[in-house]
Amino acid sequence: MSRSLRPLVATAVIFAIAYALAVMQFPSMFSTRVLGNFLTDNAFLGITAVGMTFVIISGGIDLSVGAVIGFTGVLVAVLIAWAGWHPLAAFALALAVAASFGAGMGLAVHYLQVPAFIVTLAGMFLARGGASVITQDSVPVNHEFYDWISDLIIRLPGGGRLSFIGLLMVAVFIIGALVAHRTRFGSYVYALGGNPVSASLMGVPVARTTVGVYMVSSTLAALAGIVFSLYTSAGYPLAAVGVELDAISAVVIGGTLLTGGYGFVLGTFIGVMLLGLVQTYIIFDGSLSSWWTKIVIGALLFLFIVLQRLIFAASTQGEKAS
Amino acid sequence: MNIITKLALAAGLATALSSGAMAQDISGKVIGFSQIGSESGWRAAETSVTRQQAEERGVDLKFADAQQKQENQIKAIRGFIAQGVDAILVAPVVATGWEDVLSEAKEAEIPVVLLDRGIDAPEDLYLTSVASDQVLEGRVAGQWLVDEVAGEDCNVVELQGTVGSSPAINRKQGFEEAIADASNVTIAQSQTGDFTRSKGKEVMEAFLKSSNGGADICAVYAHNDDMAVGAIQAIKDAGLAPGEDILVVSIDAVPDIFTAIAAGEANATVELTPNMAGPAFDALGAYWADGTMPEKFIITESKLYTAADDPQGEYERRKDLGY
Repeated sequence: MSRSLRPLVATAVIFAIAYALAVMQFPSMFSTRVLGNFLTDNAFLGITAVGMTFVIISGGIDLSVGAVIGFTGVLVAVLIAWAGWHPLAAFALALAVAASFGAGMGLAVHYLQVPAFIVTLAGMFLARGGASVITQDSVPVNHEFYDWISDLIIRLPGGGRLSFIGLLMVAVFIIGALVAHRTRFGSYVYALGGNPVSASLMGVPVARTTVGVYMVSSTLAALAGIVFSLYTSAGYPLAAVGVELDAISAVVIGGTLLTGGYGFVLGTFIGVMLLGLVQTYIIFDGSLSSWWTKIVIGALLFLFIVLQRLIFAASTQGEKAS
Repeated sequence: MNIITKLALAAGLATALSSGAMAQDISGKVIGFSQIGSESGWRAAETSVTRQQAEERGVDLKFADAQQKQENQIKAIRGFIAQGVDAILVAPVVATGWEDVLSEAKEAEIPVVLLDRGIDAPEDLYLTSVASDQVLEGRVAGQWLVDEVAGEDCNVVELQGTVGSSPAINRKQGFEEAIADASNVTIAQSQTGDFTRSKGKEVMEAFLKSSNGGADICAVYAHNDDMAVGAIQAIKDAGLAPGEDILVVSIDAVPDIFTAIAAGEANATVELTPNMAGPAFDALGAYWADGTMPEKFIITESKLYTAADDPQGEYERRKDLGY
């Protein structure tokens, strides 16, 4: 087994063991219903986490994604419910707004040489504040297009359902994995995260790649915002508070290195599923405080950081020896 | 024994039997409860009372705290459905966005009961909703004051809740309705105290200053007990006796106000009961026993408490509920 695949395998093994243990305790957790829920309920988180994977592989961070989800939800809801736009037109505008927002953050990160942490923190306040200025209330969306989409489900035997948004998340993961591992943009992102100086010496267009990475992240966050608005049929300015941290956790648990240059889109998928599993287990148990979710995620994060240290320490020693 | 007594006995027996049957039907049932969070003392009390009620009835309660997030509530409801619970209680965090998940519950034939807040969704998606009548709360408080002053002139200062919030609007409206016919009772001043103790004190200080040091104020009506407790402090600081020089009436019935009533510093409070689950379990029991469809909106009692209602005892009963 290639040494570089170990974190991914570790995540997958931990997920499999955890799921098996959960099923032994609650047999009904092994059902198409629960598996379908994993996809539907985590769709917005998963889509956000794909964008976050690119940002983290490039050596950056994006704290604005949760706020972009909230902003997009409100923008879409207001355009449809108050201005009478067709949802598809509202979606297109929201995605375009988010893409330019991401481009702006990418430009600031690259040309002003400000740490991504600060730039995207400012972005987070801007987007969340913007959403709350538009409205403070939850704006319901009642449009036949929304009803049509929520009726687009594949029923599985055993009562489970594959929803449109769940399948959309799977599609985003597949496309994300192809872009990361099979395109020139993907290899630029890895090179940039590995070492920006040598990447630029090797002819990687650093400015274009940086801007591109934040555009991808913001656009996917806006897509997640659209998914969130389909999920709740409403736009709410305080929706998805803290989702940026869940997304970062999923990426790290999925085996991506926070320092950049190394990671897997598929690993992020397993990371998202692992977070969903923890939450589902706690709901099935019904007596544990839901704050245990946070404790378990904290423990998992710590475990993976230690694991990555050990694996990478081992591999650099191996390189020195050879 | 005449025929009427016999009939009455039979009816009594039947009631006893059916209520016994109701208690039977709900024990052993698995009921999921998706709670908003624990943002206020009242919310925490609602959670502990729900647990108590479930335990008394032998219900296996699955509790999920949503930490103020709708997505967590939707996940919890889907989790309950996947688990095949017998019924679901939800205290919805927002009014919108419940149609999909409640349709899934309906499809799985799991009855859903809303607690404490309503939602914007077709009524056939839930069995019933249990909530208080906020207008009635204001009316009960106003009626108490009208009866208490018994025809004498009374200038009331009002501490409103957060501007635009539904309890503030409704409790104001109910109080105004109750005093509308009593020309001797008028609202002299009204300002928001944001439902908080510190803001209640601050606003009351301003009221006292602008009303001849408090001599022109006969009573203070606060939209919640916390603001009343703040106002009591302000009245004391101004050298007046709260509860005597200035009457204090408020809403919620939290433990601290009972301490104040016991000390004679507050006069009355209207209870917003944290026991929303009790009526919900009763409705479910009746539904399972013989298919009785409950009313769509079950209104909880808005009970008035004064110094005559054993305030110390009420304090003891409530102090461990998490308020």
